[in-house]
Amino acid sequence: MERVAIIGVGQSKFGELWDKGFREIVLRAGIDALEDAGLEGKEIEAMYVGNMSGGRYLAQEHIAALIADYSGLSEMGIPSTRVEGADASGGLALRQAYLSVASGLHDVVIAAGAEKVTDVGSEMTTDIMASSADREWEGFVGATIPALYALMARMHFTRYGTTPEDLALISVKNHKNGVLNPKAQFRREISVDDVLNSPFVAEPLRLLDCAPLSDGAAAIILANERVAKEYTDSPVYIKACTQASDYLALQNREDITTMRAVRIAAVMAYGQAGLTPEDIDVVELHDSFTIAELIAYEDLGFVEKGRGAELIREGITSLKGSLPTNPSGGLKACGHAIGATGIRQAVEITYQLRGKAGKRQVEAETGLSLNIGGTGATAVVTIYEIG
Amino acid sequence: MIPRFWRKIKYRYDIVGSVCENCGSKFYPPRNFCPICRRRSKIKEQRFNGRGKVLSYTIVHDTPDEFKLNKPYIVALIELDDGPIITSQVVCNPEEIEVGMRVVKTFRKYFEDGEDGVIYYGTKFVPEKIATNAKNF
Amino acid sequence: MRAGIVSYGTYIPRFRLSVEEIAKVWGENPDNVKAGLGVYEKSVPDLDEDTATISVEAAREAIERGEINPERIGAIFVGSESHPYVVKPTATIVGDAIGCGNRFHAGDFEFACKAGTAGIQACMGMVKSGMIEFGLAIGADTSQSAPGDPLEYSASAGGAAFVVGKKRVIAEIEETLSFTSDTPDFWRREGQPYPSHGGRFTGIPAYFRHVTSAATQIMEKTGYKPSDFNYAVFHQPNGKFPVRAARILGFTKEQIAQGLVVGYIGNTYSGSSVIGFSAVLDIAKPGDKILLVSFGSGAGSDAFIFNVTDLIENYPRVPAVWDKINSGITVDYGTYLKLRKKIRLKG
Repeated sequence: MERVAIIGVGQSKFGELWDKGFREIVLRAGIDALEDAGLEGKEIEAMYVGNMSGGRYLAQEHIAALIADYSGLSEMGIPSTRVEGADASGGLALRQAYLSVASGLHDVVIAAGAEKVTDVGSEMTTDIMASSADREWEGFVGATIPALYALMARMHFTRYGTTPEDLALISVKNHKNGVLNPKAQFRREISVDDVLNSPFVAEPLRLLDCAPLSDGAAAIILANERVAKEYTDSPVYIKACTQASDYLALQNREDITTMRAVRIAAVMAYGQAGLTPEDIDVVELHDSFTIAELIAYEDLGFVEKGRGAELIREGITSLKGSLPTNPSGGLKACGHAIGATGIRQAVEITYQLRGKAGKRQVEAETGLSLNIGGTGATAVVTIYEIG
Repeated sequence: MIPRFWRKIKYRYDIVGSVCENCGSKFYPPRNFCPICRRRSKIKEQRFNGRGKVLSYTIVHDTPDEFKLNKPYIVALIELDDGPIITSQVVCNPEEIEVGMRVVKTFRKYFEDGEDGVIYYGTKFVPEKIATNAKNF
Repeated sequence: MRAGIVSYGTYIPRFRLSVEEIAKVWGENPDNVKAGLGVYEKSVPDLDEDTATISVEAAREAIERGEINPERIGAIFVGSESHPYVVKPTATIVGDAIGCGNRFHAGDFEFACKAGTAGIQACMGMVKSGMIEFGLAIGADTSQSAPGDPLEYSASAGGAAFVVGKKRVIAEIEETLSFTSDTPDFWRREGQPYPSHGGRFTGIPAYFRHVTSAATQIMEKTGYKPSDFNYAVFHQPNGKFPVRAARILGFTKEQIAQGLVVGYIGNTYSGSSVIGFSAVLDIAKPGDKILLVSFGSGAGSDAFIFNVTDLIENYPRVPAVWDKINSGITVDYGTYLKLRKKIRLKG
């Protein structure tokens, strides 16, 4: 297997980008990544695109060809492939790109993630997101994605004594980090009271427990070690990029206070990287809902099951803590551009490991990202190390 | 939507799932293939009795369009006495629901395709203590 | 063995709306309304309840209590004037929900408030002829009434289901007959959301003529007199009509008290007389004789004479109809308007 390095990253602003269409957003991220890598574009041998639901958000399928076209890559006729795993689509695109370089098939590839959500109304958006769970047996009964995470939260509260305040602290931390990220959707601090006084979306989860759904795109250029060294002095190596699945519907899972796919992917990733959870310096994880971040603390092995709240209560996952988590602001404050999120997380970890994360810079040589699809039926864990 | 709904009417109108006779695993919704026994699966349909207890619940305030009038409504994970776990709505006042509460099935309307469209019926649950049609009333 | 009732079940929605609450909105004196109608509150269906869901719940109770194998039910007839679909049957929904297979006769009946008893007669005929082993007859409604119309005080929701057969009969049908004429006392035209009625014309030429004629004729035919019956149930559009019909025919208040449910749940239309009859079965003893007379506008009455058998002793009758009547929770008028979708919504 070839060593795989990240040699260029780019990201659009995340948020309600009313004046920009899907194509423009993607192009911005792609150009940024090429410029960052110092590539002309002709060097790219393949493209992988993460996009959850172009078909329903834009009534546009064939997204991979569209993006290849608008980024000028169709001119070379390179293969462009869309991968889909709900809001883990970006993570899957990253992994496919990683595999294509690791296998020796390609020298340089680009992975992109993109979503444009604001062209449809919010009720339509809720419905589209519900399709990342089991439409026939969860969606039919009105179990929206927030409702399903709320079921997990209630179970965690009941079994382990986690509280709404614990969850609020996660949102507060991520907003605080978001202030420092110029690409973030929300750049304002909030208080625990703000969270606890926001309206319920699905009890016990409130509006400020939920990440927004955003427009945005991110792109990343991967190369093998030989090529990487031609272009950069500071390649960030991908030490592992693993993926696992779980039952689609919560009702079929043995325990809904844990995301088994996350656990499996994490164990594999640590094994491949030859690392343990203690070795991780910085984390970008999938806080689509505050409870998801808390459960991820446990399933990524940072703390034992049931004790996730301790990490947030004790400030361990804050920017100044020993395990800074979601320095970008996470999905909650940076924004959740669904199919773009998995790539956006890799962009942030790259900035952090290169020491180019500006005011939100933490001290880190090893990073980890976790991208989740739906309520956890798909999980992608990636471990990065500065070369 | 209509063919997709129609195909599952039997399983929605009542709690008809399946059981693997090889390992005893019970499934709702029914599976044709046991994930434990795989090619040794011996699947048979089974009707579950429709009583159980609430494992977890949520009160949904941000509703999809088709449930707008039902706001807020309760969605719960219910562990059936004789079978698997089911995701369903529970019909009661939000103040009445709690974890561990005993519930029993009831036949209700879920939603309809507007005023001139098809009506989608299915199984919901109601707390045993207020279910007038429950044996222990 | 004669054909008769093998099992029965009822369903009454949980919500109640009081006369006070309605009268307050329309500027009427609730005491006058209560005195005039003999109705104090009425049942209101939840948003997710309709004639199909009421029918299924009542049918399931009947099947469970009677330990009936649903696959032996050969016919399902649902009588209602509020079928969820104008075209597309309710009976098929009931059939699939109770799991009776596909080999059954099915149809929806409509005859104002007497479509449920018409279903019992149809099942009886099929059972007696040997066409089917068991038939399921249901009378259920979520009846409509225009806001502000006097009907609004009484039009309510509920239903009863009966398994009719020749084996394990708890109340045999000794006799039944119908009295029918073309009398436009109450109607709803195609496409109209609310029914119209002839005001006082609904009384003597409609309700009283048909109910008393059917009752008189069935007693003449069988040679019984009012005192031969332990109980009598008359259709109850309000609390006054059945009491007056009983008096005209020579029945006592005691004979009709148990089956007079309208005061606390309102007029459940196709469910009305059959829920009252079910309340009587709840306490009936072997050997009891019951007269049931339904009435449907348009107009007609079905009269039945039932003889309760020894099998009722071991037949499970809990929860009783009156327990269900007494377990309602009240809602306000605004909630009622929403539940009954009487507010015009956007889109």
